Amino acid sequence: MSLFEGHDLICIRGERHVFAGLGFAVPTGGALVLVGPNGCGKSSLLRLMAGLIRPASGGLSWAGTPIGDDPEAHRARVRYVGHLDCIKAVLSVRENLSFWAGLHGPAAAGEVRRGLEAFALEKLADMPGRVLSAGQRHRLALARLAASPGELWLLDEPTVGLDTAAQGRLTAAIAAHREAGGRVVAATHTPLDLEDAQTLALAPFAQAARSAEADLGAEFAW
Amino acid sequence: MSGFLGLLTRDLRLALRRRADASLAVLFFVLSAALFPFGVGPEANLLARMAPGVIWVTALLAVLLSLERLFLADYEDGSLELMVLAPQPLELTVLAKALAHWLTTGLPLIAAAPLLALLYNMDPAGLPMLILAMALGTPSLSLIGAIGAALTLGARRGGVLIPLLVLPLNIPILIFGVAALDAALGGLNPRPHIMFLGALFLGSLVLAPIAGAAALRQAME
Repeated sequence: MSLFEGHDLICIRGERHVFAGLGFAVPTGGALVLVGPNGCGKSSLLRLMAGLIRPASGGLSWAGTPIGDDPEAHRARVRYVGHLDCIKAVLSVRENLSFWAGLHGPAAAGEVRRGLEAFALEKLADMPGRVLSAGQRHRLALARLAASPGELWLLDEPTVGLDTAAQGRLTAAIAAHREAGGRVVAATHTPLDLEDAQTLALAPFAQAARSAEADLGAEFAW
Repeated sequence: MSGFLGLLTRDLRLALRRRADASLAVLFFVLSAALFPFGVGPEANLLARMAPGVIWVTALLAVLLSLERLFLADYEDGSLELMVLAPQPLELTVLAKALAHWLTTGLPLIAAAPLLALLYNMDPAGLPMLILAMALGTPSLSLIGAIGAALTLGARRGGVLIPLLVLPLNIPILIFGVAALDAALGGLNPRPHIMFLGALFLGSLVLAPIAGAAALRQAME
């Protein structure tokens, strides 16, 4: 089975270890939920998976091939929705979305419509980005996922600001994506209703380092 | 290629919807050039003599003024992250942004330059050379500027740093741009100067996207 894997990952941000010795594996159709307190490196791990930052050590691979060997193929499958919503105030909702869909190949009008429908944005399609509320902005950012299909979804706090209806739509979109063989990695604080998802708990590094030291100490004491 | 055109049309559309921002550079160009006669006096011969230098220096400053926004807006709202993650090479993205910058800044400057030349009583016989030299020189200004704009992302007060980085690199363009025009007005052969401007343009066309893309990747870290 082809896996999206990471092993022995070390991430250093601003001379500070965010996490170390971290590993994960996501199979086809799998979901991985990252949990942990603020600042434990959930967002950094997602950016690392996307290829935006490089791990200080360790490696990521897709079906056995290191992603560094073929970064363009990895970029073609990654769909990243981070904290920033990438919305231009003077462009309409439709224009914003079709630009992002077009970045991954010519934007079919049908795909843009599907993106709008997936997050109930049809009525807002011609509104300029500046009039959207925080929740609507977030829905538009998520609509990028449906508007340009990609194999690996990386979602950073996907439920922030969403009402229950929109949360339901997100869960449905994720389920459909996994049904089609896609993978999802999501960092979240609110429980996401995902079927048989794996959970990766990240601990603040200082604490992890202390427990590693304790382990070592125990070994030496023995 | 579709990504390149998509980015170009988006940037042009953004500039069109925010005309006030886009017209700032050309407004600065005309206003600051119009100030010189107040400083040096209205003597017609002196102004005609100064025209090539004043037009080129103010054009260069006007381009500098507009550089800060080249990548900053996309950096701040996260768009740049997605562009880095897009399958198309980042070098093409930089090229598309620089081209959009030239179309919205350089082209209006070229259109306004003859007006200033007339204002300065420059010999109208030099107008074709003025336009040719600017058409070859201003794209290089946008391309070199893109490197500076990409390098200063994430730095506090990056807008102040850009001129420090970019101005020294722009000096050759200023020298050959003015020299071409002076030669044409003085009855000399402007060809070597124009060739140099062309060479600078071709050089920056190749190098700026590579350097700019490397700087953008760095900014993501």
